Amino acid sequence: MSLVLEGVDRTVGGEVYLNDINLTFERGEFNVLLGLTEAGKTTMMRIMAGLEPPSRGRVVEDGQDVTHVPVRKRSVGMVYQQFINYPSLSVYDNIASPLKLAGFSKSEIDRLVRTEAERLGIDHLIDRLPSELSGGQQQRCAMARALVRDAKLVLLDEPLVNLDYKLREGLRSELRSLFADRDTVVVYATTEPEEALVLGGNTTVLHEGRVIQNGVTAQCYRHPANTTVTQVFADPPMNLMPVEIADGQIKAEGLLSAPLPEHMKDLAPGHYTLGIRPHHLFVTAGEGRIGLRGTVEVAEIAGSVTYVHLEVNGRDWVIEERGVHQVHPGERFELFMDLTRAYAFDSADQLAAAPHS
Amino acid sequence: MDKREYQWAWLMVLPVVLVVAFSAIMPLMTVVNYSLQDIFGPDSRFFVGTEWFKEVLRDPALHGALFRQIIFSGAVLLIQIPLGIALALCLPKKGPWVSVSLVLLALPLLVPWNVVGTIWQVFARPDVGLAGVFLNSIGLDYNYTGDAIDAWVTVLIMDVWHWTSLVILLCYAGLQAIPDAFYQAARIDGASRWAVFRYIELPKLKGVLLIAILLRFIFSFRIYAEPFVLTGGGPGNATTFLSQRLTTMAVGQFDLGPAAAFSLIYFLIILLFSYVFYLTILNMDREG
Repeated sequence: MSLVLEGVDRTVGGEVYLNDINLTFERGEFNVLLGLTEAGKTTMMRIMAGLEPPSRGRVVEDGQDVTHVPVRKRSVGMVYQQFINYPSLSVYDNIASPLKLAGFSKSEIDRLVRTEAERLGIDHLIDRLPSELSGGQQQRCAMARALVRDAKLVLLDEPLVNLDYKLREGLRSELRSLFADRDTVVVYATTEPEEALVLGGNTTVLHEGRVIQNGVTAQCYRHPANTTVTQVFADPPMNLMPVEIADGQIKAEGLLSAPLPEHMKDLAPGHYTLGIRPHHLFVTAGEGRIGLRGTVEVAEIAGSVTYVHLEVNGRDWVIEERGVHQVHPGERFELFMDLTRAYAFDSADQLAAAPHS
Repeated sequence: MDKREYQWAWLMVLPVVLVVAFSAIMPLMTVVNYSLQDIFGPDSRFFVGTEWFKEVLRDPALHGALFRQIIFSGAVLLIQIPLGIALALCLPKKGPWVSVSLVLLALPLLVPWNVVGTIWQVFARPDVGLAGVFLNSIGLDYNYTGDAIDAWVTVLIMDVWHWTSLVILLCYAGLQAIPDAFYQAARIDGASRWAVFRYIELPKLKGVLLIAILLRFIFSFRIYAEPFVLTGGGPGNATTFLSQRLTTMAVGQFDLGPAAAFSLIYFLIILLFSYVFYLTILNMDREG
């Protein structure tokens, strides 16, 4: 099973929700849809499911055009941000509901429901009502409902957002194995870069209704296609700074002047945007680190990591460094950067140089 | 909390206790007082124990009024709750018509109760009223002042007109609170419209429906002004409900003792029903 979106647009009342989406999702793959809120993730999922039609373009399932096939004639399972279960039905009947409507036999339903409940670890709760479950258990029930009939397409729309930190991690680590041996196209929408990285598979980065990068998750992270990806697919986002490259030097007016690092040697002279991840910036000097000046705005000490938010040449930067470091807001401050880990984006905002991994 | 602070706390609630005592407990105690005594004047009163209660409980006129009251309140609930749910489901969910329909629906609720009675009294009159004349012109022998069934139908329709809006508005608010994802999930399952209603909307409306039933029960059980203005309780006493019977007893016949005893019984009936509802709602909250 594969699902292909061909030139899909979605416009509602003059507002563009999706713009020329061309994507292929293969079965057995875990696909992450990453984007900020309002990026078009939910709209894309609704179109994939057949809940709403695209304004233009086609949805093709295994070579068959299903653009206008209504959702009930497709094979779709969906899990939402809210915990969606039938409130008056027990967990068992909730999981059984899609099977009943699809006309499965009683014994078959019983077998499938119990298997699925066991896989999701809610087999002991099968007689309870959804309202008698914790949030995590409710979401497990909703997932079991979406998975039980072995749908060809399973859509998960930010399913872990409403769970607290601990539950989220628990369920997230189970997710991959839940889908491991299924003949299903799985699409998982999230706003959190960390979630995409943990889940792996493929990542599609959406921004303002467009696909700005698509590929293997780790590849997307290591080679962000443009500066927008660096803002969406990193938390905290990558720090950016306009620079000029000439005569084997990398320069920023009054801020930085250093010899080009190895991986940027081949770049043509000209204007670039330099990108550096927060954990390649440092509060303390070290070998090969280049200093530059900024003004501290806020410092957050989150346990073993210190985040320093600062202003560097009019831009907001973040340093993420291990250990506890005392800095004071308003302080003029020298920070250090590891240029060998820096990215360069050309004047057309395309990735020009990435550090060697 | 140590003991001195505890005493302070009592002092702090004293104003509320005084206000409640003045506004609720004292008038109620007066009624209790009347119900246990035969009073001829400020200086001549006799303690009669439970005699008034016994008399009231044996009074066939009251039995009749109580019976009619129960039928009326039952009919009100049976008509208005399903009708309110049905109409709430028909209302637009978004768009400019939402506010228009909500304002139109709220209108009957804004009309003072005795004005409602007057409106319908004129509207339904067989000689000059729009509805009355129309019904007679299509061959129905309709006269709410002469025919008991006509009177009942008119009082019921009037109450439906006046109060169904309340049920609609409550249900509408309840429906609006259901996240869209529920409907989507049902569509993905392939659930029918009926299944959506039965397994999503109705369970989600449970809370507001209990409130609606409670309010409609209490209001209809206390109904006075509308039928009093419309039919005066007639023809005969066909539409005489409890509060009107009580008024006749207390103000018309000046039987203060029995009227007081009856008031207390009336009050206890409503209190009992409300308490049952209160327990149901409390129980529901505990379930989730």
